[in-house]
Amino acid sequence: MSVSLTPKPLEQSLAVRKAVRPVWAVLGERGLEVLIYLCGISAIVFVLGIFFFVAKEAFPILSNKNFRLSQFLFSDQWYPTSEVNKRYGVLAMIAGTFSVTALAMLIAVPFGLGAAIYISEFCGSKVKETLKIVIELLAAIPSVVWGFIGLTVMSRLIVKYTGTPVGVNILNGGIILALMSVPIIVSIGEDALKAVPDSFREAGLALGATRWQLVWRVLLPAAKTGLLAAVLLGVARAVGETMAVLMATGHAVHIPHGVLDSVRTLTANIAAELGEAPAGSPHYQVLFLTGVLLFAITFAVNLTADFIVRGIRRK
Amino acid sequence: MFSETPLVRRKQRQEALAKWLFCGMAASMIIPLILIIGYLVERAWPSLNLSFLIDVPVRGMKEGGVWPALVGTVYLVCLSLAVSAPIGVLAAVYLNEYARDNWFNRIINLAVINLAGVPSIVHALFGLGAFVYAARFGYSIISASLTLAIMTCPVIIASTREALASVPRSFREACWNVGATRWQTIRAVVLPNSISGILTGVILQVSRAAGETAPIMFTGAVFFKAVQKGDLFPYGLHEQCMTLSMHLYTLSTQVPDVKESIPFATAVVLLSSVLLVNATAIGLRVYLRSRKKW
Repeated sequence: MSVSLTPKPLEQSLAVRKAVRPVWAVLGERGLEVLIYLCGISAIVFVLGIFFFVAKEAFPILSNKNFRLSQFLFSDQWYPTSEVNKRYGVLAMIAGTFSVTALAMLIAVPFGLGAAIYISEFCGSKVKETLKIVIELLAAIPSVVWGFIGLTVMSRLIVKYTGTPVGVNILNGGIILALMSVPIIVSIGEDALKAVPDSFREAGLALGATRWQLVWRVLLPAAKTGLLAAVLLGVARAVGETMAVLMATGHAVHIPHGVLDSVRTLTANIAAELGEAPAGSPHYQVLFLTGVLLFAITFAVNLTADFIVRGIRRK
Repeated sequence: MFSETPLVRRKQRQEALAKWLFCGMAASMIIPLILIIGYLVERAWPSLNLSFLIDVPVRGMKEGGVWPALVGTVYLVCLSLAVSAPIGVLAAVYLNEYARDNWFNRIINLAVINLAGVPSIVHALFGLGAFVYAARFGYSIISASLTLAIMTCPVIIASTREALASVPRSFREACWNVGATRWQTIRAVVLPNSISGILTGVILQVSRAAGETAPIMFTGAVFFKAVQKGDLFPYGLHEQCMTLSMHLYTLSTQVPDVKESIPFATAVVLLSSVLLVNATAIGLRVYLRSRKKW
């Protein structure tokens, strides 16, 4: 009777392990991994799906004899339900979107970047945590509540202080959109400032710079691409916002001449008219085409911002 | 001792000026907000009581409460998250645990980022084209909640990925070294250690789904629906429903001579439920982060 002390061959011990794990466990795991993979590619499916379904409803209009693409993009004549001469120009809405977004950025960019600088460079850690939480809560306020604030609070203030008869206008929408896009500018901007190495700050301070000089001469130049990405994401947010501008900018379809003019944006136009447009009608198709346009604009802006952010991370 | 030269004094002045300027910029975003919320609550005060929550709107929505809208919001949020949370979490598991850095996975990342940036009204158009017409769900809770699910999905993916990435690699390596497979490692080590972060991300999307209006406006939300007072199950899946956000929009733009405090009270109910959910999630995150051992 001799007990062999030589270890079992490797194949044999593997065989033992395989026997311990039943077939269903191995198959189940394989199945789960396939499911995980399918969920992983779902984002691509969703993006393509959104483009496909919106474009599918929109494209029949391109072969409509009353519709010209050049008129769609470069005419301010929006008479989609006219009996005799239907015209589908969205230039007035593009101008509306552009003016409201520009005003919002004019307010939100300096304040947002200022707040980002304060949070990342000037305040203590307690204040920092509190401010970041407040900004997160600010970002959570639903857009319909912002619109309601614009419609009730802001419009009364504007009528009172500017003497204009109508309080829902570019100024109103711009202020509301600025408040809405500040949180994203602050949080991305703060990330960009955090990415500047501390050695830059130390070098600046060692040369005797005040923190003011440090911000202007060192931090802003060093973080400028990240801050640009923050601004771009703020722009994307402002361009795509619907309910707030629907309620706060008034409903005049015309090219604005001043900040106290009422306008209608691309998003608000869809929201306001989709309910009245019968499914499959040219009016309905043009609204979907506006959706394709919006999708393309935000796609381009987000992609650019992402490339900038990624470029920084690689550095 | 160094005496204060004019240069030093100027520098100190500059320093103080810079600090107060940036502090003022930060404050100028927050103070108006507090004033506005205070104003909303003050105007809403006459209507704010428990019966406002459980009453149904009466007399053409000019009086009464918000019960049907409240229930409808809960329905939509639960259904949409029941769809988007598993998909989002599994997608994040794929991206963080399985995906190699190749062109295909970079495209997935781009898709996630772009999906998060699609305007809400485009989601509405998609929901209308895909769920209401192509899938023949009609204007219903199903269409609306699927639209919301696709909208919240990318943000859940992003927050879950962040939570998964915060689990140190050494944890996984230790598990692999005792012979566990990839999925066993994920189930036994990665998910339990990141579940708090995942949950926080999902809870934050509850408030987002509850507040959105545009995506559900044309897919399943309706201006008015007659509902019994206090009825917990007033809607079928194939019916349209009222929601708080839609109710606020309707009250403030479509209904003439509504009692003034009612839209304000609706706004306060919507705002406070959203902020409450978010504050809970943030509190949970702060608490769990303080207990973190690594």
